[in-house]
Amino acid sequence: MEQRGAHISFSHVGLVYDDGAEDTEALHDLSFEAQPGEAIALIGPSGCGKSTTLHLTAGLLASTTGEVAVNGNRVGHPRQETAFIAQDLGLFPWKTVLQNAALGLVIRKVPKREAYDRAHAALDQVGLSGFDRSYPKELSGGMKQRLALARALAMDADLLLMDEPLSAVDALLRESLQDLLLDLWKDRGHTQMLVTHSIEEAVYLGRRILVFSERPATLVADVSNPQMGEDGWRDSAAFAAKCHEVRSALAQGGEGRAR
Amino acid sequence: MRRRTPAWLRVVGYVFAVVFIIAGWWITAELLITFAHTNVLPTPLETFNVLFEYSSALVPYFWTSAYRVVVSLLIGTVLAVPVAHLCARSRTLDALFAPVLYLLYPIPKVVLLPILLVLLGLADAPKIVLISLTVFFQVLVAVRDAVKAVPESSVLAIRSLGGSRFDEYRHVVVPATMPAVFTSLRIGIGTAIAVLFIAEAMAGSTGLGYFIMQSWSMVNYPRMFAGIIAMALMGVALYAIFDVVERLLTRWR
Repeated sequence: MEQRGAHISFSHVGLVYDDGAEDTEALHDLSFEAQPGEAIALIGPSGCGKSTTLHLTAGLLASTTGEVAVNGNRVGHPRQETAFIAQDLGLFPWKTVLQNAALGLVIRKVPKREAYDRAHAALDQVGLSGFDRSYPKELSGGMKQRLALARALAMDADLLLMDEPLSAVDALLRESLQDLLLDLWKDRGHTQMLVTHSIEEAVYLGRRILVFSERPATLVADVSNPQMGEDGWRDSAAFAAKCHEVRSALAQGGEGRAR
Repeated sequence: MRRRTPAWLRVVGYVFAVVFIIAGWWITAELLITFAHTNVLPTPLETFNVLFEYSSALVPYFWTSAYRVVVSLLIGTVLAVPVAHLCARSRTLDALFAPVLYLLYPIPKVVLLPILLVLLGLADAPKIVLISLTVFFQVLVAVRDAVKAVPESSVLAIRSLGGSRFDEYRHVVVPATMPAVFTSLRIGIGTAIAVLFIAEAMAGSTGLGYFIMQSWSMVNYPRMFAGIIAMALMGVALYAIFDVVERLLTRWR
């Protein structure tokens, strides 16, 4: 399943929410680019607009000013080749594991047989084979994360967007899921954008780490992280040093004041 | 995570319920005979005999009543579900409809019976319209609230997969609100049969309601009781059918 990832560009993007009574500025003049196959981690204070950035990239929101483009095309609505994993994973309790995994394809009108075959393969890839007929409530937290990932993989996306998908699992399980994400990214070569609250996760999974300021979000730092993905990276001194670098950048951006 | 009650335990539950009801009934009947000197409540044994005796006479009345209830439940539901979805998903429609709903919902629809009788005659039509109306409001209110409770994140998930408005309904809103439809229907069965009884007792010469009131006026209490039991059985049967269909359609719960 070797394929190239998508190119993302944000140019002078601003977003103002109309809350009825007053307008809230979520993003202010945000510009950055992601090269095909890059793994980007977005980190910043709570409510700073990280998720908003992800929603804009997914085509779930439209910017007020500026332009968001994927592969050179302005994003106006969800793209066929973008997979999005929300914080609550967006699984449907009334669908079986297989139906959940195949849903993206079914909606895209892929013939049912092919959709289920591809969903099967994706479930295998994340280690969920044999659970086809189970319902989400019968799965553990970690298995649900895998299922959400399988749905994204089945769609054969060139862009994978994740909004804190691992925030609800315990530390060890979290590390094993991070390894899974890393392996899949290395294997498939898609572009990946991950929103996270965890500095370690950002450094482990982001080849580039974009640090956001408090709302309205602007880019505080763009930390390159070329050693990400190397064997033993998590336990190396360089990893700890990179975490320190990101932490300092976050403090500059305002999280330091909040704590 | 909720565990399912094992099948054997459910069977034991039903057996216990039947024994409990029959014992209570028997004791009440014996007490009435001993202290009030009346046989207005026949014992279970007498009833069984009577039910057997009148079964052939009961059958046409039973089917007439069953037909009216089932058709009304279907009409009420089929009309209520789309209206509920429209109300819940459109702020404008809801703003217009909600006050109407609040004013009309508490009115016992059964008081409209005389008007319906004048307009629609004495046959099936007024009964079906009346029960449909009752069911309509019950399903409407329950489903409208259920649609409103559909988590926005589920809808977002469908949208992020590139789903259309139709996909939102097909994959999220309809399955998510299915349990509410069945809950309101199961509650609706009780009300529907009550309204049916009143409607049949007041007008016309068909249906179990008429059978019961006719037996009453003939002071034929065993025959009357056979009709009452038939009506109860109809309720139980419908309830059980909806229960099975619900289980099949919402296996994920």
